[in-house]
Amino acid sequence: MTRAKTTLAEILASLFPGGHAVTVANGLIAGDGPFEGGRLRVIGIDGDTPLGIEGALALAGHVLDAVRSGDRAPILVAVDSDSQRMSRRDELLGLNECLAHLAKALLLADRHGHPTVGLLYGHSAAGAFIATALATRVLAALPGANPSVMDLPSVARVTKLPLDKLQEMAKSTQVFAPGLDNMRAAGAVHAVLDPAAPLGPQIRDLIATLPERDGRDRLGRERGGRPVAEEIAATVAGQLRGR
Amino acid sequence: MAGPDRDRLSWYEASARQRLDALLDPGSFTEALGPAERRMSPHLPLFDLPRAFDDGIVVGAGVLDGKAVFVAAQEGRFMGGAFGEVHGAKLVGLLRAAVAAKPAAVLLLLDTGGVRLQEANAGETAIAEAMRAIVEARAAGVPVVGLIGGRAGCFGGGGLIAGTCSRLAVSEGGRISVSGPEVIETNKGAEEFDSRDRALVWRTMGGKHRRLIGGADAFCADTVAAFREAALRLIADAPAFDLDTLVAEQDRLQARLDRFGDCRDATDIWARLGVNDPDAVPAMDTPAFEETVAHLREATHDAR
Amino acid sequence: MESLTFRHTTKTPLAGSKPQAITGVVASGNLEILLERVLPPDTCEVAIETPVSGYGQVWEAVVADFVARAQPGGLRISINDGGARPDTVSLRLLQGARLMEA
Repeated sequence: MTRAKTTLAEILASLFPGGHAVTVANGLIAGDGPFEGGRLRVIGIDGDTPLGIEGALALAGHVLDAVRSGDRAPILVAVDSDSQRMSRRDELLGLNECLAHLAKALLLADRHGHPTVGLLYGHSAAGAFIATALATRVLAALPGANPSVMDLPSVARVTKLPLDKLQEMAKSTQVFAPGLDNMRAAGAVHAVLDPAAPLGPQIRDLIATLPERDGRDRLGRERGGRPVAEEIAATVAGQLRGR
Repeated sequence: MAGPDRDRLSWYEASARQRLDALLDPGSFTEALGPAERRMSPHLPLFDLPRAFDDGIVVGAGVLDGKAVFVAAQEGRFMGGAFGEVHGAKLVGLLRAAVAAKPAAVLLLLDTGGVRLQEANAGETAIAEAMRAIVEARAAGVPVVGLIGGRAGCFGGGGLIAGTCSRLAVSEGGRISVSGPEVIETNKGAEEFDSRDRALVWRTMGGKHRRLIGGADAFCADTVAAFREAALRLIADAPAFDLDTLVAEQDRLQARLDRFGDCRDATDIWARLGVNDPDAVPAMDTPAFEETVAHLREATHDAR
Repeated sequence: MESLTFRHTTKTPLAGSKPQAITGVVASGNLEILLERVLPPDTCEVAIETPVSGYGQVWEAVVADFVARAQPGGLRISINDGGARPDTVSLRLLQGARLMEA
């Protein structure tokens, strides 16, 4: 069953019933609103917009401003994006540096005491997904969200496998199939929120129970979408520490 | 005999294991989860694809000119060096161990097309885990240095991992980008990017362009010895991971966009950077190129 | 994928004492070979995983020829094949045996 996706306006209205100062320009989300006696900063991408060099730097700039302020306010990264913007100009000017810079800014904010929470409410894919939602401490999603690494027709082109065979395999093989359920099974998405209940308390609870360490591989094992990653990483680390 | 091998061995042509053997002090490498443990991909058989005993990445500890280092080397010829579940988890385990063990550096011999599509969700998540672990290692004072000059280049999530490293060394053959030429052409058409135009690929994503604009910190001849020398230099001069560094990187990248955002081709950027004869850059030998780089202030910085 | 295993008795053990070696890469037209000195000194086993089905007799001949030439007693040899031609397989097997003799 596919559910209708929640819109950004609905999300903001639910998070900030008393109003907010979050705006969208060129598909980029930025601003804040009152939250739990303080404020919640919001950045992100709306409207299935591809993330290019200017967008990545603009979002990173907001994150670094937050770190500079020292307020330790939580940062919500709301994502309904396309993949990275695919163009000659973006790559010429160093898209890999710009996307990595955005991810690093979010990881730095986390280290400086800003709880970072991803909220996936639409599409996201590939480099845009890694630089935004996957760079947060905890990633939640709303039903109807549709993350992917690559859509199945493109996978079919690259792997030279027939599309109908891939579609059949996708039903039983979570590790490569697109979609929210499969990304949750891989441990990339921690929790799926209830769109019918107010989002504020749900985000507050996520912040109150932030995982201490990166436990995505443990979730992947528990949920069966990434059966061996946790054990492989732990074995390698154990062998190297034992030296 | 490591000395002569190191001078002669082409980084581009060598396998991941050959690179490590020649890069490190002779006999110093100890592999973690080596091939005899046969921790292969649990997923490739579903696609009727052959597996590799090490899943395309060699990880472990060694010594570089007397310094204890952790290393990971991707095999670009197996599945394009792409990140699958086991492959990615081995890198993540190595990086997490580095946070506690604090080696003198972690060297990442990147050679990858990005995510292995047959294990896409596992590969994508592992790249995110690796980037978090790189940041934690850097914040713990361990430099993470990327060495890029392999057949598969450094694409997709590999390009983001490269951008997370403290320092990068690249050779002429080491292409770094997010979307590869074929991906851009497939999605946007040959007018946007003609992936068969090899000169265009090298100008846009190749090692010389990355070095000239400051996307990499060292340019190497295509030998293991050159990468070893660069790695030693970069380890000794790695930027901290802190707010100052990232603010400087924000300013650096914004200045690049402001200054070169209207350029159509790499040669336009090189001309504006102050390179006397931009058209001569692709054919320049390493000493001449080094000489050119030395005059450009954009190329050398601590903003990464 | 097809799995093949061949077991041979050798006249002598392979020289040297190196416990393990690996050579080659799993790529199109290539293969990787893992050699382990874990069997009785007069025994050699070669196990192959290949994506190309129906070439069992060719593999059998290539392995028998290698065993006769190298006398790799004591070795368990494991092959991940990427679709290598028989001459490439022979070359890599001899390369692997030399690594173990070092």
